[in-house]
Amino acid sequence: MSHPNERGAAARSPLRYRVITVSLLTVAAVYFLMPVYWLVVSSTKSSSDLFGTFGFWFHDPDLFGRLRQVLTYDDGIYARWFANSLMYAGVGALAATLLSAAAGYALAKFRFPGREGIFNVILAGVLIPGTALALPLYLLFSRIGLANTYWAVLIPSVVSPFGVYLCRIYAAAAVPDSLMEAARIDGAGEARIFFGVGLRLMTPALVTVFLFQFVHIWNNFFLPLVMLSDSDLYPIQLGLTSWTGYADRQPELYQYTVGGAFLSVLPLMVLMGVLQRYWRTGLTEGSVKA
Amino acid sequence: MTGGVTSRAPGQAPSRAPGGASGRAPGRVRRLTRAEARGARAAAGFLVPFLALFLLCFIAPIGLALYESLLKIERTGPLGLGGETRDVWAGLSNYTHALQDGHFTAGFGRVLLFGAVQIPVMIAFATGLALLLEAASARWVGFFRTAFFLPYGVPGVIASILWGFLYVPGISPLVEMAHSAGWDVDFLGRSTVLWSIANIVTWQFTGYNMLVLIAQLKAVPGELYEAARIDGASAWQIALHIKLPLIRPALVLTTVFSLIGTLQLFAEPKVLKPLTNSIDSGYTPNLAAYNEAFTRNNQHIAAAEAVLLALVACVLSFGFLRLVGQRGNGGEDR
Repeated sequence: MSHPNERGAAARSPLRYRVITVSLLTVAAVYFLMPVYWLVVSSTKSSSDLFGTFGFWFHDPDLFGRLRQVLTYDDGIYARWFANSLMYAGVGALAATLLSAAAGYALAKFRFPGREGIFNVILAGVLIPGTALALPLYLLFSRIGLANTYWAVLIPSVVSPFGVYLCRIYAAAAVPDSLMEAARIDGAGEARIFFGVGLRLMTPALVTVFLFQFVHIWNNFFLPLVMLSDSDLYPIQLGLTSWTGYADRQPELYQYTVGGAFLSVLPLMVLMGVLQRYWRTGLTEGSVKA
Repeated sequence: MTGGVTSRAPGQAPSRAPGGASGRAPGRVRRLTRAEARGARAAAGFLVPFLALFLLCFIAPIGLALYESLLKIERTGPLGLGGETRDVWAGLSNYTHALQDGHFTAGFGRVLLFGAVQIPVMIAFATGLALLLEAASARWVGFFRTAFFLPYGVPGVIASILWGFLYVPGISPLVEMAHSAGWDVDFLGRSTVLWSIANIVTWQFTGYNMLVLIAQLKAVPGELYEAARIDGASAWQIALHIKLPLIRPALVLTTVFSLIGTLQLFAEPKVLKPLTNSIDSGYTPNLAAYNEAFTRNNQHIAAAEAVLLALVACVLSFGFLRLVGQRGNGGEDR
């Protein structure tokens, strides 16, 4: 992935430097992977072994048996939390991407009064801490009867000011006016031009916005914590913290929390590993253009 | 950064935009104005769905929080014990109450201290890893990059639960290993727990910041390094005098996002709280506002605290952007 001349330079650099570089990188890798390793080891243990045996080594491992316990506990509430998380993050990110694409496209490709004003207000939204908004949002939603429903988490999740920012920058560079003009002369309506030409040309930015928002919603804790009281609506994170809250009285919940954490981390880590190469293109948009 | 973005994006548009021709050909102004009107209609169609929800989820809550923060609950009936309650005008008393509340201001001081230490450490760590990966032989780079980035896929709550197990004596193999080496560590003590939280945040976000920095490094043309090398610059000099200045915009960006994240610190102390009595209900401003609203049922003071939090976040991030914008040699405003 690096420049060919850099790779040449690395080969030319003295062995001593290469040894030092790789050692430092290895130490860092141990730091980043150690908790994940602990999680893998611990998810194969029973509750008593969790406390009684050395954390960095296996003892009586039974991964599938332990995970079955996690999935069947309390009528399979964990599977429901997992489905909720998938729904919040999947549907929310998809809607957020479409909305951001349309708004970014409009701000990049059309000239109208108040355009910069609107864009600046949206940009200011990027800098407002999400958790400072969640509390007032709860006050608002409980007044209009939306608190403690799926909508309470879903609606705020589809608004991504950062997505609009990214889409505007990308659309300005990637969607040529000449192409839009040609489509107009051919008699295509603006909506058709957007869905047929605009969205296709903006695809790399859209994938980035989708992934960012997916991770953002999946990781969001404060909003569902504030909004939801019915545990059937919980996403995984909220469900697992409710388990740790009861673990004092029901020690087996420690084991279920560890197993549940393992199951929830698995899909996103695979996603991270596969997508981190692809992501770099999108990540630059925010910084290089700044 | 903000100024740079707004001045740059429209700066690109006129060169190719249809409206850009109007200045050169006065005879076509009328037609273009009609085109502009049509464009404005179309743009409104694309913008309205987002703007409506932006209004509902950003502007309205801020408005409501400001309004609620200026009210207080007054109980009617003898000795104020009657069943009826109503909201009355409170002026700024909720704000003075919040600012005089030692717990709340201490929480602010705590996250500021946290940010002043954790952000520089994390950014330096990420920069170091990015530069090392750039210098390392290509065969291993993929593995290390993935390993460093992996924790970003772990949600803050799960990361806190995970590290919580690694901090608690009895389960933690780290405490056990330190103990058998004759060293009794207490990760959850009054003076250490803040830095244990800092470790969780650093673990989670260093890899992400590293990736942003690597992306910026890749954007630098390779000939630049080659030229410096031919001029006899060492790898260290190239890193210090060429790479670091070139990734400055990315450093600014990651610092601002870290700053906003730090002020919102919530999940980590909330998850660790049951494990230790070193974390009180007002440990961070967010925790204080949350407890004010849901434990003490005082939404008006909670609203004031949320407003204060948003205000400090905006002031600090804009202030930081101005500071680096002025000190830099126009790097942000190109």
